[in-house]
Amino acid sequence: MLIADAIAAPPSDWWAIAPQLVLGGTAVVIILMICVKRVDPGWNALVAAVGTVASGVFAWEQWRQVTTDANPRLAYSGMIAVDGFSAFLVLVVCVAAFLGVLLADQYFKREGIDRGEYYALLLFSACGMQFMAAANNLVMVFVALELLSICLYVLSAWNRDDSRSQEAGAKYLLLGAYSSAILLFGIALLYGGTGTTNLARMAEIFSENVTREPGLVLLGMVFVIVGLGFKIAAVPFHMWTPDVYQGAPTPVVGFMASGAKIAGFAGLFRVLETGLAAFEFDWQPLLVGLAIVTMLGGSILAIAQRDVKRMLAYSSIAHAGFILTGLASGTAAGVRGALFYLVAYVFMIAGAFGVVALLARRGERYTSLDDYRDMFRREPVLATVLAFFLFAMAGIPGTSGFVAKFAVFTGVADAHQWVLLTVGTVASVISAYFYLRLVVYMYMRPEVDEGEAQPAALPRVRWAPATVVALVLTVFFTIQLGILPQGLLDMAGKATLLF
Amino acid sequence: MQILDSAWLIPVIPLVSAGVLALAGRRLKEPIAGWVATVAVGASFVLSFGQLIALVGRPPEARTFVRTLYEWIPAGGFRVPVSYRIDPLSVVMILLITGVGALIHLYAIGYMKGDRDFTRFFFYLNLFVGSMLVLVLADNYLLLFVGWELVGACSYLLIGFWYQSSPNATAAKKAFVVNRVGDFGFVVGLMLIFSVVGSLDYGAVFSIAPSVMTAAMATAVCLCLLVGATGKSAQIPLYVWLPDAMAGPTPVSALIHAATMVTAGVYMIARSFVLWDLSPTAQGITVAIGIITALVAAVIAIGQFNIKKVLAYSTVSQLGYMIAGVGVGGAGYAAGIFHLLAHGFFKALLFLCAGSVIVGMHHEEDMRKMGGLRTKMPITFITYTIGFLALDGIFPFAGYFSKDGILAALFEHGTWWSQVAWALGLVGAFLTATYMARQWFMVFFGKPRWDEDVHPHESPWLMTVPLIVLAIPSTLFGTAGLPGFNQLHRWLEPVFGVAGGEPELLNATTFALLLTSLVVAGSGLVVGWAIWYRATADQRATLAGRLGGVVPFVRNKLYVDEAYAATFERPGYRLTAVLGDEMDQRGIDWLVMGTGAAFKRAGAWFSKGQNGLIRAYAAVMGAGALVFVVYVLARGVSR
Repeated sequence: MLIADAIAAPPSDWWAIAPQLVLGGTAVVIILMICVKRVDPGWNALVAAVGTVASGVFAWEQWRQVTTDANPRLAYSGMIAVDGFSAFLVLVVCVAAFLGVLLADQYFKREGIDRGEYYALLLFSACGMQFMAAANNLVMVFVALELLSICLYVLSAWNRDDSRSQEAGAKYLLLGAYSSAILLFGIALLYGGTGTTNLARMAEIFSENVTREPGLVLLGMVFVIVGLGFKIAAVPFHMWTPDVYQGAPTPVVGFMASGAKIAGFAGLFRVLETGLAAFEFDWQPLLVGLAIVTMLGGSILAIAQRDVKRMLAYSSIAHAGFILTGLASGTAAGVRGALFYLVAYVFMIAGAFGVVALLARRGERYTSLDDYRDMFRREPVLATVLAFFLFAMAGIPGTSGFVAKFAVFTGVADAHQWVLLTVGTVASVISAYFYLRLVVYMYMRPEVDEGEAQPAALPRVRWAPATVVALVLTVFFTIQLGILPQGLLDMAGKATLLF
Repeated sequence: MQILDSAWLIPVIPLVSAGVLALAGRRLKEPIAGWVATVAVGASFVLSFGQLIALVGRPPEARTFVRTLYEWIPAGGFRVPVSYRIDPLSVVMILLITGVGALIHLYAIGYMKGDRDFTRFFFYLNLFVGSMLVLVLADNYLLLFVGWELVGACSYLLIGFWYQSSPNATAAKKAFVVNRVGDFGFVVGLMLIFSVVGSLDYGAVFSIAPSVMTAAMATAVCLCLLVGATGKSAQIPLYVWLPDAMAGPTPVSALIHAATMVTAGVYMIARSFVLWDLSPTAQGITVAIGIITALVAAVIAIGQFNIKKVLAYSTVSQLGYMIAGVGVGGAGYAAGIFHLLAHGFFKALLFLCAGSVIVGMHHEEDMRKMGGLRTKMPITFITYTIGFLALDGIFPFAGYFSKDGILAALFEHGTWWSQVAWALGLVGAFLTATYMARQWFMVFFGKPRWDEDVHPHESPWLMTVPLIVLAIPSTLFGTAGLPGFNQLHRWLEPVFGVAGGEPELLNATTFALLLTSLVVAGSGLVVGWAIWYRATADQRATLAGRLGGVVPFVRNKLYVDEAYAATFERPGYRLTAVLGDEMDQRGIDWLVMGTGAAFKRAGAWFSKGQNGLIRAYAAVMGAGALVFVVYVLARGVSR
């Protein structure tokens, strides 16, 4: 091979990365806007929202092409995959970013920290998430992960006058660096074992059965799972989650909880299902164990929480466990269920954190369970909306949460993994306890027990249009996916088949 | 095609309206809420009429239109398509439901005037109409069951509408519990169907069942479904809830407990005629239950003093005729539906008249305190008389032809038991004429027996207009089934096909039957006239004395309620006392609470590990990674 060939730039396939380009480009535009003239950050938010929608349009077009013409393809020397899986998740990232932008505007105005850079960082992070969804090479996985993570570290510490926010940012950064190192180590081992970082090529090597070092591959697989397990907050790599979710500004948490989890799962699915498919019997037990401790750990630990943001953090951990069961089942139905679950989860968690952000009032002071006492009387609409999301997360029929759990458990049942199925069912019963407890506090406990603080008389929550739009969207889709789930289930089914 | 494609709107419009009323609550002021509800049902009626026209425009064999709206979660081989079926049977049902429904909504605006929960009433009423339409438009048994349960829930809510008074709440509970028994049988029937056929779609069930179902299995299925029908359509042994259901507002009694919901069982059997045709045993049992119910309820009706209770037992009795009609099969299917429709008109009319009387009498329901109302309430009197003649089966009113259709079907079926049933049906017809004559004379004739502060008056136009409108089909609807012409029978032919049998011919037998019915009904009237108009109070007392123990026996509804209380209710209480106190509270609760507490403690203990120190977190992560590594290596070694 000539050196000139090796360093020749690969042919550009702009269409393959169009959604990512739009998001990155929008972020650059926002930075330029800030440099040229200090405008009201509301304009930045508007541009960011338009950017996510435009990116979504491109992603939809990609989806349409790969599903109708059935021509998934690779681009940039196999770095980027354009297939059903990538287009589906890129689209979901657009949704998460759009909701993140809508929910941020009002919050940052209230806190007096609305700076336009926020939206640029959010978009760069979302861009990283989309690259993650499309990554077909371990190097690409790592670069995408760093792009999305570094932006999130900064966003977590966005409220620099608040020590809690600073602490969250610092903790996330340190532990994130730790996990990145582990991931990189795993990638290096995999490269050592196969001589390639390209996932498709890796699968070919395994199928030709010319693996030089199976030990290296297995160790590399373990470290990749650990590194990505950190991103999806799977027990025992979840320890950062409650601290960061509690301290970081709530809209950031909403975006982080949805977006970072999509990216983490995208990476995990792609690496395991494409690159390491030959080792399915080695990674499957690991994932089963991971799913079991994650579901149980998230649900049980949430019971002990008295802070709503922390409780939702553990709830998001438990959700990660349920999504993992879909992958752990190793069946097409399970992966389809997991993808459906991801979408349902994005709407539920973004909506729930959106309501919590409003109810926390200025300075994020009111987030404890006691502050939610009798909330229905004081904020009937918000309390009802939050109660609805809690029901959805608990998996009550008629909501997307029910269908999502049903879909992943169908896959688990198909695989005859009865232990996993039983634990999943038990965990969802446990989780119903703490979701419903919050509902009970909001609706049925006006009296204060002895020794508890009387709820303070708070000013009414005011609504901004962007927040209303975000909450209406999240509620709508949570109902819609609960009643008419078939459309998305079909989409998710196509996304798994086109690997 | 255009109109048929829009049929999904028929149930959706009242349901949406119900949603609006539920959300608006008391913010929607009194008459407006009623008008919103009425217009919604009226719109559905117009659309239903459009369906009728669309079907008439098609050739008879192309008059079944099925459209799947969407599919609910398909689970393995079990699929739940949400689809509707427009065919001659469902069209006449939706016309009855929306037509009579709209009139009763209108009437209720006047009847419920000044009620505290005016809007809530119309919310329930609209919800009911929507649910009932789901029931009849469904194209599979599961969706039918959804409607079946929804109307049951609405019935419960409306019987207990004035829940502040305890008898109403009890009556609602009774209706709910008794219907649960029936629904249990119904669900078991559906499971049997699914286990044999593998589908709950009408199309699949009716085409596959004849080839895969043994006679024994068909009997089992039909009897299970029949249990459901006895609950919903108030047949022996589950009829006891319907008379108590009169605790609800009178428009509810007219709409739900006379014209529509209680006929769901009849509709369901007619819809499932293929299954009944497979099992002569089930047909015989169905006829027996129907005709015995018709007779027993008619006997009880004679002893009642509450104006609505008489009509309630009369409804039970007439439902018995319908069940017997669809049970005997052949021409009985169409005859049962014919009587269902005619009864829907005249019984709704009678109930609304009773409501008008009740309002006029300042909410007095005891007929012993009425009398001589014909001059005070002329419109009510005339319309009531029409309904009364129709129910009695007097020529040429609707009930004459429709009831005769059932009796003729029983007679011409030609087996010994069907002819016994025919004879019993005639006795029932005689009793029907007697108790209705008794009511007619007690309410409208004789000397006034009002309480002193009562000043009867005619009802406002909102209430009398529906009476007048309903009087028209009560008079003329019989022409839809004139023997020899049988338009309704021919209309339903595409549904029942050859199973529908030959329509009634105009020959000597038919004439004889028609004449017999008329003579029987007429003599019933005469007896009623003799006892409750002609005879003096003393003479009546002497007669009662001669009859001895029979009179209190009838007045106390044959002590059926008491018998049920002794056999089911009291042992049930004892059982729940044991299960509830001993097993549930000491056993299961202990287990449940203990499990909960254990998880709570576990959560508190584990969250101690969450100490906020990064080095601790990193250590946990590292330990987790180590476990994975050890696991993988251990596997590698063992391999």
